Amino acid sequence: MALTGRALLILGLAVAVFGACASLYGVRTGRREWVDCGRRSVYTLAALMTLAFVILESAFLRSDFSFNVVAGHSSTTTPTFYKMTAPWSSQEGSLLLWVWLLSLWSSLVLFLTRGKVREIVPYATAILLGFGTFFLSLTVFYANPFATTSNPPAEGAGLDPLLLHPSMMIHPPMLYSGYTLLTIPFAFAVGALITGRLGSEWIAVVRRFALAAWLFLGIGILLGARWSYTELGWGGYWAWDPVENAALMPWLCITAFIHSIMIQEKRGMLKVWNASLVLGSATLAIIGTFLVRSGVLDSIHAFGASTLGVPFVLLIAVMICASIGLIVWRRPQLRSESQLDSLLSREAVFLFQNVVLVAMVFVVFWVTFFPLISEAVTGTKVSVGPPAFRPFIVPLALVLVLLSGIGPIIAWRRVTVANLRRNFTIPVLVGLTTLVVLIVAGGGTSSRPLALIMFGLGAFVITTVAQEIWRGVSARRAMTHDPVPIALVQLIRRNRRRYGGYIVHAGLAVLLIGVAASSSFQHSSDVTLAPGQHAVVNGYTIRYVRPLASATPQKISFGAVLDVSKGGKHVTTLTTTRGFYPAQDPTLGIIGRFFNGSADSNVGLRAGITKDIWTVINPDLSPLQSLITKGDRLFAADESQIMSRAAKVSTQQTQQSLNALFAQRDLAISGLTARFVSHPWSVNFLLIVSPLVTWIWLGALIIAFGGLIALWPVPAFARRRAVARAGAGRRSSPAVAARETA
Amino acid sequence: MLQFLIVLAILAVVVIVVTGPLRSASRSPSTDAAGGPEVDDNPDIADLEAAREAKYREIRDAELDHSTGKLSDADFEAVDKTLRAEAVEILHALDRAREKH
Repeated sequence: MALTGRALLILGLAVAVFGACASLYGVRTGRREWVDCGRRSVYTLAALMTLAFVILESAFLRSDFSFNVVAGHSSTTTPTFYKMTAPWSSQEGSLLLWVWLLSLWSSLVLFLTRGKVREIVPYATAILLGFGTFFLSLTVFYANPFATTSNPPAEGAGLDPLLLHPSMMIHPPMLYSGYTLLTIPFAFAVGALITGRLGSEWIAVVRRFALAAWLFLGIGILLGARWSYTELGWGGYWAWDPVENAALMPWLCITAFIHSIMIQEKRGMLKVWNASLVLGSATLAIIGTFLVRSGVLDSIHAFGASTLGVPFVLLIAVMICASIGLIVWRRPQLRSESQLDSLLSREAVFLFQNVVLVAMVFVVFWVTFFPLISEAVTGTKVSVGPPAFRPFIVPLALVLVLLSGIGPIIAWRRVTVANLRRNFTIPVLVGLTTLVVLIVAGGGTSSRPLALIMFGLGAFVITTVAQEIWRGVSARRAMTHDPVPIALVQLIRRNRRRYGGYIVHAGLAVLLIGVAASSSFQHSSDVTLAPGQHAVVNGYTIRYVRPLASATPQKISFGAVLDVSKGGKHVTTLTTTRGFYPAQDPTLGIIGRFFNGSADSNVGLRAGITKDIWTVINPDLSPLQSLITKGDRLFAADESQIMSRAAKVSTQQTQQSLNALFAQRDLAISGLTARFVSHPWSVNFLLIVSPLVTWIWLGALIIAFGGLIALWPVPAFARRRAVARAGAGRRSSPAVAARETA
Repeated sequence: MLQFLIVLAILAVVVIVVTGPLRSASRSPSTDAAGGPEVDDNPDIADLEAAREAKYREIRDAELDHSTGKLSDADFEAVDKTLRAEAVEILHALDRAREKH
């Protein structure tokens, strides 16, 4: 089936090229049928890529090691769930995933816009198929997921142990969905700029897909953070890794866009800004894709160095030049239709928020690419870490949270001082009270003032959202006399964008409170303990109870059981292990390769609403080294003897001798591993007590929930009914019509 | 051989599907291959309709802002008057565009 898979890629490439050309030809000549050919090309591409992906998936599920990617990223012992998700752990499979998702989302947008934005759609179709052409070219000419070998190995290399985590398997599809969804607003923006159709219609199309991109990208980013926290064994969730930053930048950019587009919808302002944001978001998404695949920056997330760097640089250059050119060309049509009425208005708040978000993008971009620039200029590579980001990002984040609290309680166009007083009094009081209480609880001083300010601002934001929801429910109940739960549901249902957005803001506040607390008030200790010994971290006594060890041909692990108590009372029992997977390199020794291959950690974690107690073991295997070396020597000698007799005996006898040798090897490895329990030695533990980490994940869930509400479409029948009523109602007054469309 | 036949079959289906509109056009000139709902085919009308929807949303938002206390009665009256005037302008423009079309 590899041949079929490769044929599907080549066919897909041909369809993408044909479709792009047909769309452009059709729109330039006014021949509708050619435009429809372009549309059908997108649907066909989606079908072809689905087939191709099914073929690749089935190869992984069947452990067909004639496929190079399967041999390199899976094994017969890989659990089925991870076999299904292993395709995108490889460069080749992930590129196919990219094209597949691109074709699916493109098909969806063309289906949803059939009959709408007719002048723009052909150009958008051509651009989306252009992206498809680019990525399919990579799979056809550079990174073929259907490459095979005529001499398949008996066993595959297996999945990278670090990827054996549910979050890590869902994270790429979410991230790639975000990236590919960003190409849709890009394509429609370019189409709108080319055609000069810069009115309201294309915004209505683009806004929803921008929101979907924001949601998927955000979920992908947070899943990555979760994986980092529970799998990587360093105790953190965000390392300002270049690839993490590469996903964050377009997310920040599109966050700015989904706010400022509201200003364009309502006031016809910020057209150049919005066009720049939407074009910039997609460009940053491609830059992120480039970072992961080119090897220019070191990252645990990267696929490593490859030949894909140059094509990506060319694509990015084309996107940047085309974006700038189109905006400059259409500047007259992009002039604002009105001005800012007042600095005390929601428009002004959104504008400030946009500036903050773009400033964050700039900071992250500059600091992320600084090593590359430094190397290019000075020849010396500089590595930058979290301390380079914090001085800039933290103050900007504080301002962002403040604005996210102000936005919901300030009206469009203008507000009076009296209204400000009415709307701000309670939230400001709550925020200030929170701050004062925390300062007092901390003894009147704090070495973490910024964290305390974040707590105060978070309380302010949550209060504004609660106040808004309460007032909305009260207003609704005044009209309908519904019970509170029904009034709440109806309020949100009829104002999804607004209240979905408010819920997102509340989630952001919860998340950033968690970030501030866990990063500023964390207590950690790097200790070496023998069984029975203990360490004290932030008032918790953590005692090393007993060692653990296990050995199978696929993995050996060393671990520990730890007892956590406080004030003499048992709090929890933690178990942490470090697993070692056999390396394929025979020079490491017959025994040695089992102790020197890839490793992963299972953290011991007790998560709570107020704090997490986290630990990871890092066993030093040097006490076993002399036995390992001796074992390598003995088994190598035995193996050498068997192989020297191979010419004189049958193949079956040789194999039997080798099997017996490997059985002995496995017994030896089990024995060596068991020494960790029978003759335990001191091992290193990283112990962390970190407050409010769970708030980060809770905040993420709230954000996702709010995003879904904002994204959820009004049912079509309700929309048609509302439009029909509005059509009848507008003869009386627009206000009546507006109410009818609610 | 089987794979070759499968690929040929897929190729045939792809060609038939993708070039379908070209064949339909030669038989009956004005066909919307996407089979979309009936909408005004004039982009100016579509833009104005989108602008109308956005303006209705703005009027609703202003009413909600007023009922939740973000706008005083005087401010709401002024904003509502402005928004309704803008909405009427859009409706008039829509009427003119429809008559022209």
